[in-house]
This record gives sequence, structure tokens and C-alpha cells, in this order.
Amino acid sequence: MKFQSRGLLWVKGLALWRLLRPGDVLVLGLGLIVLVLAWRVAASTGDGVVIQQGGRLYAQASLRLNRVIEVPGPLGTTRVEIRDGRVRVMSDPGPRQLCVRQGWLDPGESALCLPNRVAVHRGVPAYDSLNY
Amino acid sequence: MQAEDRRMAWLAAAAVGLGLAEAAIPSPIPGLKPGLANIVTLLVLLRYGWRLAVWVTLLRVVATALLLGTFLTPTFVLSLAGALAALFTLGLFSRLKIFGLGPVGLSLLAAFAHVGMQLAVVDLWLLPGVSLLGLAPLFLTAAWVTGLINGLIVARILHVNPIPTPPVQAGVQGWPAS
Repeated sequence: MKFQSRGLLWVKGLALWRLLRPGDVLVLGLGLIVLVLAWRVAASTGDGVVIQQGGRLYAQASLRLNRVIEVPGPLGTTRVEIRDGRVRVMSDPGPRQLCVRQGWLDPGESALCLPNRVAVHRGVPAYDSLNY
Repeated sequence: MQAEDRRMAWLAAAAVGLGLAEAAIPSPIPGLKPGLANIVTLLVLLRYGWRLAVWVTLLRVVATALLLGTFLTPTFVLSLAGALAALFTLGLFSRLKIFGLGPVGLSLLAAFAHVGMQLAVVDLWLLPGVSLLGLAPLFLTAAWVTGLINGLIVARILHVNPIPTPPVQAGVQGWPAS
């Protein structure tokens, strides 16, 4: 048998796509849809959180790791919670609790706990090719 | 029976060989592998049935882990969990004949099941608290590509070298121990 090569999808004269059955094409297509959705969901979660205390940078954190960051301030401790790719101010010693009631922050949103001089800023979702 | 045992040993040895070769390939991210040993699992399933596929896969997972020194480590658990998930997916979908699924579709489904189960194990047991959302698309993409390539390899082997014995019979064939 004479060896012929007609490109990557041909092996020894056999077109590889002819090995695909209808179900295979269906699964490939569905898989591709799942992939696109997965990338879009992952890209929509913001990249990180910046916490400032008294105007200075206190902490920079990724949204990937669930944890509670304790920020000391003049009134006491402000607790910032990161969970499942989201961030919120969990508790704050301030009298009006504005930043706590703000709940989970949207990308680009900030929560300010002014009495305790704590600011939490959630980063905008920027596609970071280095992290992927 | 002895002939079947010998066949099982040969096939498992082939799978172990592929597994070891693959361990030597450098990978930018741990866990990102072509999954070449799954070619053997799928081929065995389509040629000799579910029972032999389970045996060959379990032997492969344990023997590869012993040779690489990862037996009973988290790596081994991940490998076993992924292999079992892939195996059950293959067992299920190779019996459902509604779609006209070929080796490529089966390989793809198995690869997704493999990766999905491994991510679930990492998320729930190894690193609870770390959000794997950012890594999932990467692994799913890798699974899609490797599933397609491995499936094409299996399809080609089956095409060039047709099945010598009847493929998977309908009905449950039971666990290897039975």
C-alpha cells in the first residue's frame, strides 16, 4: 500500500472525519458549548480584591481562595469575607453598617466602612492571560 | 479463562506503558495530560466488553501508581477517581445506543467525566475552600482536545483492525469479582 499524506486529518489515505458518527458530532458540539459557557463564567468572576485601611493598601487578595480577612481600624475589626469568587464585608464595628448591608460586591464595586476607615474594592473582570 | 487472563495482563501492560510514557512528558500544569492510557480502556471496552475494561483499568491505575511511587497518595486517589468516573460513563453510554455514538463521542464523554470527577475530588477533599472556577475551563478544554484525539486513535484502530470478537453484549455483565 502506497503511503499518502494529505494533511493532518488524513492518516494513510484515511480521512479521520469519516470515522465520526452522528452521535460523536453531537457530543463534540455539546462539549464545545459547555467549554464556551465555562470560559465565560470563569471570565465574569473578577480578578481580585483590594482592601485599604486609612487610605493605605492593607491587602490584595484573589477571589479564588475562600477566607475571612480581618482588618483592624480605629473602632475595631472589620471582617471581609471572600467566598466562591465573591466578596463582602461580613461585619464592621461602624454604627450604620452601610458597608455590611451592601452585601456581595459586584465587579468594580466598592464598599466603604468610613467610621473604621476601611475600603474594599472588587476588581473589574479583566482577562488575565498569565493566570490561565 | 487462562487465555482471557493473559489477554488482560497484556492489555493492562500496554496501558501501564502508555501511562508511564505520559508521566515523562513535561506539562505546564500538574494534571494536564493527554490521557493516553484511556485509549486502551476504550479499545478494550469496545472489543472485549465492560468486564475486561474494568479489570484492565484498575490494574493499570494500581500498577502505574506503584511504578511511579504514588500509590495511596492523593495523586493515586485522583487517578482512581477519574478512571472510575470515566469507566462508568463509558459503561453507561456504550450500552445506550440511541445516539449512534462512536468511539470519539465515548472518548469525549469519558474525558469530561474524568476531569469533572477529579475537579470535584480536589474541590471537596484535597483543597476545600479553593475556588476552582478559574481552572475548570482550562481542564475542560484540555479534556475536549485529548478526548477527541484519543477517540480518533481508537476509531482508527478499530477501522483498520476490525473487532475480532463480538462487542459489548446487551445486559449487565457484572463486576470483576463476580
